[in-house]
Amino acid sequence: MKTISITVNGKPAQASVEPRTNLADFVREHLHLTGTNIGCEHGVCGACTIEVDGGPARSCIAYAVACDGATVRTIEGFAADATMHALREAFSAEHALQCGYCTPGMLITARDIVLRLPDADDGRVREELAGNLCRCTGYVGIVRAIRRVLEQNKL
Amino acid sequence: MKPAKFDYEKPRHLDDAAKLLAGANGEGKIIAGGQSLGPILNLRLAQPALLIDVRGLTELSGVKEERDAIVYGATTTHAAIEDGRVPDAANGLLRKVARGIAYRAVRNRGTLGGSLAHADPAADWLNVMVLLDADIELFSARGKRSVRATALVDGPLSTVIGADEIVTSIRVPKLSPKARWSYYKFNRKPGEFAEAIAALVVDEVRGLARGIVGATAAAPSPIADARPFIGAFDPTKAAHAVTAAGFLAGSYEYQVHLVALKRAVMQLSS
Repeated sequence: MKTISITVNGKPAQASVEPRTNLADFVREHLHLTGTNIGCEHGVCGACTIEVDGGPARSCIAYAVACDGATVRTIEGFAADATMHALREAFSAEHALQCGYCTPGMLITARDIVLRLPDADDGRVREELAGNLCRCTGYVGIVRAIRRVLEQNKL
Repeated sequence: MKPAKFDYEKPRHLDDAAKLLAGANGEGKIIAGGQSLGPILNLRLAQPALLIDVRGLTELSGVKEERDAIVYGATTTHAAIEDGRVPDAANGLLRKVARGIAYRAVRNRGTLGGSLAHADPAADWLNVMVLLDADIELFSARGKRSVRATALVDGPLSTVIGADEIVTSIRVPKLSPKARWSYYKFNRKPGEFAEAIAALVVDEVRGLARGIVGATAAAPSPIADARPFIGAFDPTKAAHAVTAAGFLAGSYEYQVHLVALKRAVMQLSS
């Protein structure tokens, strides 16, 4: 077991973890932040995407022990975030989710696109979304929702 | 799946990391971003007893500019290259390739050295570093050495890096500002491992015209003289290059590699 300190959603968290505990299991099982979903567990599906040190990361292939000292934000940590608020509204308006399993990871990626690529067009949004699988929507609503927020930000 | 149990150490110095690795008797694995090793651990394809985390080592980070080359620390992330936070030795090629590696969430953690050590035949950096004739610098408790990227791979997912050696940096020879390059990757979805790669580089200042056919069974297949592919597509030479890369004429793999090469040629002349 290894003792780690990670700042999660603004609060310091200390825990003793097995080295093989991934960051997704750490936030879910140790901190009971179950908004982060686990899908493929090998870095392909994007469901577990969370923010680590300011950028999106796969929490299923980042071990908690390797994130000692890091600053992490899970989907629960964006309640007061203006961009995330706009994205949530847009996801609802554009029917960008159905079952919702991919949505927490999708929103973290969407926020990164909006903030990092303010001029992204449909093609670029789709390229950037390639790492987040959605098996319900067919992506049309998701792309529209992200474009909606990108356009709002240009006003 | 969850990985099999392993121990974990995060040494503060490269010397300590090398000692830990040497003491692990072949049961140790270096981890940095973990974006290649993580999936393999989770699928239990690898079950090392000890992971040695080198992500925080200053000796493996940063970029040094020399007269003829840029030396990238092994823990340089794909995202740092994509964003232009480090200089591009290859006139924009590295930056373009970085953007196409996996997904942003992976690029934020995945490293240049890790990708090369993992040596997936379809991985971008392996193919790029062979194209650019880069050198991979290694460190172990026995000392330092350097391996040419063209001699790195000795089989599928297998390299000449010893069980006690750590990739410390990658020395990429600079292209002149007049150099031209093309890089075509065929995959069904952006970010997936490539089914076929072809790339060309022409630098008249350095007298360089070479290429690769990549995403092969093991090492990228070099095209030592790429002059027949500058400005025109020579179908006989192309067929020869794809056959030399190990693909049987008429097979699916042969066709996609041939098309990749053709598109790389078109990119170069456009």
